[in-house]
Amino acid sequence: MKIYRVNMTEGKVTTEDVKEDYAALGGRGLTSQIIADEVKPNCNPIGAKNKLVIAPGLLSGTNAPSSGRLSVGTKSPLTGGIKESNAGGTAAQKLAKLGVKAIVVEGKPKDGKFYTMMVNKNGVKLEDSSADLLGKGNYEVMEKMQKELGEDVSVMSIGQAGEYKLQSASIAVSDPEGRPTRHCGRGGTGAVMGSKGLKTIVIDDTDAPGVSIVDKDAFKKSARALAKALLDHPVCGEGLPEYGTSILINILNESGGLPTQNFRRGRFEGADEISGETIAEVINERGGNTTHACHPGCVMRCSQIYNDKDGNYLTGGFEYETIWGFGANSEVDDIDAIAKMDRICDDVGVDTIEMATTIGVAMEAGVIEFGDAEGAIDLLKEIGKGTPIGRIIGNGTGFTAKAFGVTRVPVVKNQGIPAYDPRAVKGVGVTYATSTMGADHTAGYAVTSNILDIGGTVDPLDKEGQIDLSRDLQIATAAVDSTGLCVFAAFAILDNDEALPAVVDMLNAQYGLELEVGDVTELGKSILKVERDFNTRAGFDNTDDRLPDFFVEEECSPYDVKFDITDKELDEVYDF
Amino acid sequence: MEVTVRLFATLKDLLPEDKKKISIELEAGSTVNEVIEYFEIPQEKPLIIKVNGRHGSKSTILEDRDRVGIFPPVGGG
Ligand code: SF4
Repeated sequence: MKIYRVNMTEGKVTTEDVKEDYAALGGRGLTSQIIADEVKPNCNPIGAKNKLVIAPGLLSGTNAPSSGRLSVGTKSPLTGGIKESNAGGTAAQKLAKLGVKAIVVEGKPKDGKFYTMMVNKNGVKLEDSSADLLGKGNYEVMEKMQKELGEDVSVMSIGQAGEYKLQSASIAVSDPEGRPTRHCGRGGTGAVMGSKGLKTIVIDDTDAPGVSIVDKDAFKKSARALAKALLDHPVCGEGLPEYGTSILINILNESGGLPTQNFRRGRFEGADEISGETIAEVINERGGNTTHACHPGCVMRCSQIYNDKDGNYLTGGFEYETIWGFGANSEVDDIDAIAKMDRICDDVGVDTIEMATTIGVAMEAGVIEFGDAEGAIDLLKEIGKGTPIGRIIGNGTGFTAKAFGVTRVPVVKNQGIPAYDPRAVKGVGVTYATSTMGADHTAGYAVTSNILDIGGTVDPLDKEGQIDLSRDLQIATAAVDSTGLCVFAAFAILDNDEALPAVVDMLNAQYGLELEVGDVTELGKSILKVERDFNTRAGFDNTDDRLPDFFVEEECSPYDVKFDITDKELDEVYDF
Repeated sequence: MEVTVRLFATLKDLLPEDKKKISIELEAGSTVNEVIEYFEIPQEKPLIIKVNGRHGSKSTILEDRDRVGIFPPVGGG
């Protein structure tokens, strides 16, 4: 495998062999290690010294089920700390098949132009695409690239938000239909891509050599074992394919942990209108698809295709967090309006979670009223136009709160807090506070034991056991994020003792290694340490591992709970 | 006593059409299991049970005006 280094200052591409230290790393493990090794922690995230590292997971490109996840690493413009943003879509599998271990993008073009990066069997090439693509949204960019280069190419691109280098800008990754519904959403990776003068990356795996596997039979056997574990698990094999992630609306609402009206309370009167059950009905009535895979080979297929009232495609990859944020948190119960907001975000290229908490703060500030769906749609449209208000919104929750003098600001390390109230789902509150990524539910998804009875049961309202739960999950997740497996595979891994050994066996069979299950934990720990060390060098300390005051001071109904885990207890997350 | 029951996801079809929830009459001291039997949900089916939004199980003893929510295994994120 190769690492391509693309220097945008000189427009030069070099090819490197993979250092021994990097051989057993992939996905998040690799992106975080390269960022820690090569990027000055105090550099300007959108300056020439920051880098953007793109890496498929260790198992990507193979037949391992649900293994096509992509990691993008950088110093985040949003948090100022290290960032790994993970996306589905078709890019990771194609990169891996082309033998690409990672692409490291560095420097900054002197001419201010925007380029297309072509990745194919001959290597990596840059082409000036300013004239064609500048100012265009992701939908148009992807359609154009596929018209020109064939339907089967995978496209990664930035919308207008990335060109403007806004802090919530995402990198879109095409889904199997070639649409920009999958995103490296969190942390402003799109702004870094924009700062490098990269509008799009096109990956063509025609005649790719494919992924080499040392012991093919052993690999096949373990891949089958993992697929079986996923399909046998009631959530991975039934719940996710049938309803997608928005099935969580009702259970969080029932549990009093569905943040409503900018995190004022934990239940939303309109929950049923925006629930997974309702959405599935609407999708089916309009001839959409409730069971869609974000990349070929995913058996859980939690994604979906959502059509408008006339039966025409509107959006896809319509996730629980997006629906919660533009729904309950903004007191909007109109699912079509929420779908439109999702579509705008995908097109302009901004993180839907960050935009959801930003809209909540804009409503708090009185820019628009809570419940004003049309107002929210208009605000999101401003981002693509580059107007002053659009740029304020596009810079995210913390920035918008400052612009309008709001104090109830749901962020940690300046990143918006997702769809689980940390007072009523305390385990995930610990993850928000302490993750190296800023507020990120996926970094240690304690909702499992807190709400879903997966991997045991820990009372979500009680602080007992939450630190250990979050720590264990954060360690395990860092490792899973390195394999290229979707984080949802963790549901089966937590409940089925055969799943994790199957993953380890696949890694051993593919790379000729002799890893044991315990090594996975060690890998997770070492990734977290590398990331935390970067953040420390960037100026972070323990006082950054805290939730905003209002979660400690204000009660969340219906259980009237506050976040009562002490600072000292939060610091224990890193006792390993 | 009377409890309010909400059924979700695939279990939703067990509720009368167009109903999000129903109230059912149970004898004092009944458990969640009586609710499960009321709706004829097969015993072997794995379920997530919330009583007044808190973690519950089939053996949770119910009180008058409790709110019961029953889900098949669900997940996401
Ligand atoms: S479970 Fe969903 S998000 Fe994960 S890989 Fe499959 S379709 Fe993509």
